[in-house]
Amino acid sequence: MRDESKSMKATIEVIGLRKRFGPRLALDGMTFTVRPRRVTGFVGPNGAGKSTTMRVILGLDAAEGTALVGGVPYRTLRRPLRHLGALLDASALQPSRTARNHLLWLAHSQGVPTRRVDEVIDQAGLGTAARRKAGGFSLGMRQRLGIAAALLGDPPVVMLDEPFNGLDPDGIVWMRGFLAELARQGRAVLVSSHLMSELEDTADHLVVIGRGRVVADTSVSDLLAEASGGRVTLRTSAPPRAAQVLHGAGATVLATGPDTLGVTGLPDEEIVALLARNGVPFSQVSAHRATLEEAYMELTRDAVEYRGIPAGETER
Amino acid sequence: MTATLTPRPPATRRTERGGFLRALHAEWTKFRTVRGWVLAMAGALLVTIAVGLLGTAAPAPGGRGAGSASYPKGPGGEAVNDSFYFVHRTLTGDGALTVPLRSLTGAADTGTGRTAQGAQPWAKAGIIVKESLTQGSPYAAVMATGGHGVRMQYDYTHDMAGPSGKAAQESPRWLRLVRSGDSLTGYASTDGSHWTEVGRAKLPGLARTVRAGLFATSPEAKQETAAGTGFSPAVATGTFGRPDLTGDWSQSAWSGTQVGGDAGTSGSYTNTTEGGFTQTDGGGFTVTGAGDIAPVVGGPVMGVGFSVENFLVGTFAGLIVVIAVGTVFITGEYRRGLLRTTVAATPLRGRVLGAKALVAGGVAFAVGLVAAAITVPVGERSARGRGFHVFPVTSATEARVMVGTGLVCAAATVLALGVGALLRRSGTAVALVIASIVLPFLLAVSGVLPPGASEWLLRVTPAAGFAIQQTLPRYAQVLSVYEPSTGYYPLAPWAGLAVLCGYAALAFGLAVVRLRGRDV
Repeated sequence: MRDESKSMKATIEVIGLRKRFGPRLALDGMTFTVRPRRVTGFVGPNGAGKSTTMRVILGLDAAEGTALVGGVPYRTLRRPLRHLGALLDASALQPSRTARNHLLWLAHSQGVPTRRVDEVIDQAGLGTAARRKAGGFSLGMRQRLGIAAALLGDPPVVMLDEPFNGLDPDGIVWMRGFLAELARQGRAVLVSSHLMSELEDTADHLVVIGRGRVVADTSVSDLLAEASGGRVTLRTSAPPRAAQVLHGAGATVLATGPDTLGVTGLPDEEIVALLARNGVPFSQVSAHRATLEEAYMELTRDAVEYRGIPAGETER
Repeated sequence: MTATLTPRPPATRRTERGGFLRALHAEWTKFRTVRGWVLAMAGALLVTIAVGLLGTAAPAPGGRGAGSASYPKGPGGEAVNDSFYFVHRTLTGDGALTVPLRSLTGAADTGTGRTAQGAQPWAKAGIIVKESLTQGSPYAAVMATGGHGVRMQYDYTHDMAGPSGKAAQESPRWLRLVRSGDSLTGYASTDGSHWTEVGRAKLPGLARTVRAGLFATSPEAKQETAAGTGFSPAVATGTFGRPDLTGDWSQSAWSGTQVGGDAGTSGSYTNTTEGGFTQTDGGGFTVTGAGDIAPVVGGPVMGVGFSVENFLVGTFAGLIVVIAVGTVFITGEYRRGLLRTTVAATPLRGRVLGAKALVAGGVAFAVGLVAAAITVPVGERSARGRGFHVFPVTSATEARVMVGTGLVCAAATVLALGVGALLRRSGTAVALVIASIVLPFLLAVSGVLPPGASEWLLRVTPAAGFAIQQTLPRYAQVLSVYEPSTGYYPLAPWAGLAVLCGYAALAFGLAVVRLRGRDV
């Protein structure tokens, strides 16, 4: 377990980032915080600004505003990989260099001992492939190599851009468990994806962005509740009577069919109790449960920049 | 952007030294773990050696044995020509010789079987005091020349001007050389009574008994033809009056010797002449000789031989390889997006480029240095074995050439790295750097351009750096072809290297500024 002082530094703070690529406003006041001990999903459509934000956090791109890692700008860190491990582009490799040598030069750049290289090779599940040239790696293997590189400095903050890309189903399961383990160790974990489904069982917290700004910064359960809107569908042979009873208890009731009512403002268990107590017949009470994907679609409906681009394409 | 995300790190951060060493260690690991780059650098070493040795692998010159394969060396260790006709007696201790020179005439082959009359500009006749008849021994001489007036010369490399004008029958030129210990003083006069001092020479450790007397010699005639500059045999004849001696001279008669046995590499007798002397009725002498008493320089007058830089002719080939490696060391990272990983690991971007330059430049330096350190001695031995002269240089000069070859490779690599970082494209950057260094060098030294254009190229392009390899000296008193095609650079060795380093520093500086100011 990491000590408290280290996990206190396990944050990313992004405040009012603004950046323009030619005529396009790529970041438009992007503001959010990544906290320790949880996986924060960073989700938005292609072109929403996820990768740009991550590059700004790493000091690779300049932008107006502030981005802090553990309270300080990334570019002032002496051994930055010991503070933040990042995977931006798994294919950014010299193809004729072996995976292990790739990790070795990174380790040397941070003064990290060589033995740590072999540790992260094991952690990322690279195994004997580490001695092969990275040019021959599948995208899944490259992602694992990128993960190994991100872990090299044992950083309190880990930031991964689309780590699920190119992973097979086994790899996706492994990655989910892996991210959860990182958070459990007290690290702050920021994981971007353009597909909410990838993050559904992974993220504890979500930062949803569109058109360069945050559209929702919320926990997964709150987001679901909000998207569901607490609507309950009631099937009854006596709609007027039921409407009267429920209305009297403070609910809003709408007729949605000859024998169905839409009820909001009361939880489903209370509806059942009320109807039973008043002797109103009903055959079905079902709470509407939005999926995370639906909630996401609703949030980003206005923010999708590139409609028609097939899923799987990454942004700039 | 109106404000950058993060301000420049404060100055104190930059003083952290371990950070640069870590970046250096990382870049070195990057370099050595790409086998293609390591092999390419080894290839650069081999090609430099191979081209250098093959380029000087000419078969032995006809009739020469290994014995003749060295130039005489002067008192300063420099290669010299020491060939002249000498009419001499021995002088013990102090003394003087005074003589009127009534004329200095000459004849030269024109190359068409005809003979052109007239003394060559540096044809010489006068008085010489020389330690021995051995080539390269110390001497001092006062003389009339064909075109440069009276001169006082000593120990091959020293030349002092006296009164101008030519000696002629109606206006003889009186010459006097006075020995006092190891000091010799030359005088000139137009009437034999009013004397002007031409110069004074110190010959440290000069033997008490020396050879002294009259001499004549002439370097070859330089002839400009449509096909280029040529040199053809020439002789000089000095007509002297009766010499007047003071001091302890030997009682034997005057004897004549062709010093050096023949006219040496700097001269030769024409078809119809040979060296010799005659004594006239009035006690005067007519002396005819060919050759020169002067340092060896490059160009046609050097004769059949090699200089140190000849063995390093393969440097340009090695450069092509190190330039390519230096370029892809940075453009490869741009191409694959790896530079983002690099900059994320080392946020100080100038430090990244500095570490890259030191690694690539350091490897290139080692390639150049080792290639030179192998090629020069191997080439020299092989050339001597085949009967070629090898122009001698001091150890300091040889070290300068070897280290300089390494520095040329290093600077070219840093230039390539800088241009690569600016253009971000391997092909364009490699082509541009090769076109700026190797191409001007080849054009200039191959002689396809007029000498003026070649010299201009070697002044203003990065190819100026090759000047660091020049060992051939240039002397005003020796006529030759001092042009890039004969191994002469317009800039001094270190000045030429400074031009190349200036280009490298400029490209590197611009690359740092550009890398700092842009998103990666």
